[in-house]
Amino acid sequence: MSRIVRTGADFLYPAILIFGLYIVAHGHLTPGGGFQGGAVIATGGALVIVAYSYTEVSEWLSGKVLMGQEVIGLVGFIGVALLAFAFGQVFFFNYLNASGSLFGIPVPYGINAGELNTGGFVPLMNFSVGCEVWGGLTLVILYMLSGIRREES
Amino acid sequence: MTFVDFIVTNAPALLVAIPLFAAFTIPAVGKISAAARNLWVMGTMLLTAAVAFILAFRVFSTGTVIYVFGAAAANLAVPLDSGGIPIRIIFTVDAMSAFMDVICAIVGTSVLLYSLSSESRNTNLEGYYALYLLMITGVFGMVSTGDFFNFFVFLEILSLASAGIIAYRIDGGLAVEAALKYFILSTLGAILVLFAIGIYYGQYDALNIAMIAQRMQFSMLDKIALVFLVAALAMKCGAVPMHFWTPDAYSMAPSSATAFLVVASQASLYGLFRVVFTMYNMTMNCATVGWIIIILGVLSMVIGVTMAIPQKDIKRLMAYHAVSQTGYMLLGVGVGLAVLGNTTLTSAYGFMAMEGGIFHIFNHAMYKGLLFLTAGAIFYRIGTRDLNKMGGLGHTMKYTMIFFIIGALAIAGIPPFNGFASKLMIYESVYLFNPIFAIIAMVVSILTLASFVKVFHSVFMGPQLPEYADVKEAPLPMLIGMGILAAIVILFGLFPQPVVDMLVAPAANALANQGGYIASVLGGA
Repeated sequence: MSRIVRTGADFLYPAILIFGLYIVAHGHLTPGGGFQGGAVIATGGALVIVAYSYTEVSEWLSGKVLMGQEVIGLVGFIGVALLAFAFGQVFFFNYLNASGSLFGIPVPYGINAGELNTGGFVPLMNFSVGCEVWGGLTLVILYMLSGIRREES
Repeated sequence: MTFVDFIVTNAPALLVAIPLFAAFTIPAVGKISAAARNLWVMGTMLLTAAVAFILAFRVFSTGTVIYVFGAAAANLAVPLDSGGIPIRIIFTVDAMSAFMDVICAIVGTSVLLYSLSSESRNTNLEGYYALYLLMITGVFGMVSTGDFFNFFVFLEILSLASAGIIAYRIDGGLAVEAALKYFILSTLGAILVLFAIGIYYGQYDALNIAMIAQRMQFSMLDKIALVFLVAALAMKCGAVPMHFWTPDAYSMAPSSATAFLVVASQASLYGLFRVVFTMYNMTMNCATVGWIIIILGVLSMVIGVTMAIPQKDIKRLMAYHAVSQTGYMLLGVGVGLAVLGNTTLTSAYGFMAMEGGIFHIFNHAMYKGLLFLTAGAIFYRIGTRDLNKMGGLGHTMKYTMIFFIIGALAIAGIPPFNGFASKLMIYESVYLFNPIFAIIAMVVSILTLASFVKVFHSVFMGPQLPEYADVKEAPLPMLIGMGILAAIVILFGLFPQPVVDMLVAPAANALANQGGYIASVLGGA
């Protein structure tokens, strides 16, 4: 693509990344969550792949790293749920909720601006899912576009 | 709390948690070495099977077990501040669910043992085993869950993993085409299921099966939902007007996975029975719905077997027989449903027909799994599925031949194999309901036998062919995998009565007893 498109993509990519991470982090307060945020980030990857060429991008985005990200996300999700057993609770018990520690503030009643530090392990699960979808969806896009050849000009 | 207590208490959750965790970690474990990966997968499967058996034992000895995810206590179905609605995801494992869990555990273990050897020549096995464990998760989840939306989620997990595993051996694009067909139909079915869930949620403010069953009004909308669910789940289990995906999917999937796809289809069959018996039960016109299921069953039996006879691909042939055998289960349970509510007829033959149909689910999983595994062993050694190119394999693959004979006689309903035990129950009870159906069922069995005699003759009999002169017997793990299933086929054929009394009758009881299911979750009743 032309220099204009590439420069535009350079500017947009961090913005998309931050917006995606914002959606992931606010998953327990606003519409959206891990999957949606991860998908937004993956569109950033798609933008870069379209703006540059597959060969260039595959040097920056390694399939192995994305795969690792996927595994970390998935294991993180089930691990957070399994950790409930360590506290002697049932599977998926929200042991962080209202515990006073990380994400442990009780949800305030009534109309409020939205307290980020609530939700117990729900934000942790959102982070896991976000990490997984980021890796997985980017990998899918990377594989799908790997067949594209650069047009001879 | 000791370790054993922990396992017993959390068994329903561990049933899905263990295979999920293992499936997610396989890519990392596979980095270490192939042996570590195989050990990891096999250990997971054995542990999951052990949990399933412990859970089944508990259910059959003390009654329905419920497990509430994320609650303060595992049996706290209805929180005090929820207004009497079970808001959390609940696993309700009654005798019918435990029965399906046992099937999945047995077939899952023997198929995995078999695939350790049968897939060893292929690459990217991390993906294969991850998908396989996801299928295990899907089946365990579908048959154990007591929450209808959760049922949909596990249905999707199972469909996606199955589609992936069907496409696993790309095979010049043929396998991918079969997988795409399966995937599109599964998605269509899943959307219908989701629509039905939406209808229930809109009307009854509940997703829990027990809660929906308790509040069921059988309004016009519920009739629409029933049509959607019966159509979607009958398609997923391969009943006849919607059976066209089975030959493609079953024949193109790796043979080991095909044997487990049979169990996957039966999980949908379980869903169908759960919907008509537990959610609707007497609120609907049982005779009409029962007759629809009977007609689906008879059509499946007849069309399945007649389509099987001209096939030249051994796995396609077996796939059509799987359609045909599904018909027996639908026929048996359909007869039970048609006379539900009429106490005299139910005790005369209705209950026995249900037992026969449910027992046939178990038997079918065993012998059809065995047959697909023998077909896989043949393919593993000679590299073709075309019956016209085979011949004289009995000289070299003796054990495979014996296992094939056991499976073939069992599917044809010849004593003393397990297919006979369940088919006899179906014949006897269906004869009292309507003699024509019993006669059709017997004729279909004869045609099945004829078809398998043909296969047996063209694969194993005749002089040893020069191109297969150096063919060896299947490797030991594959033989052990087949041997487990063959042993069960013979054992259950020789002693059907204890199995019927201990496993099948409680399962049929649990299915027919809607009040008991509701009471186990909501209490009282």
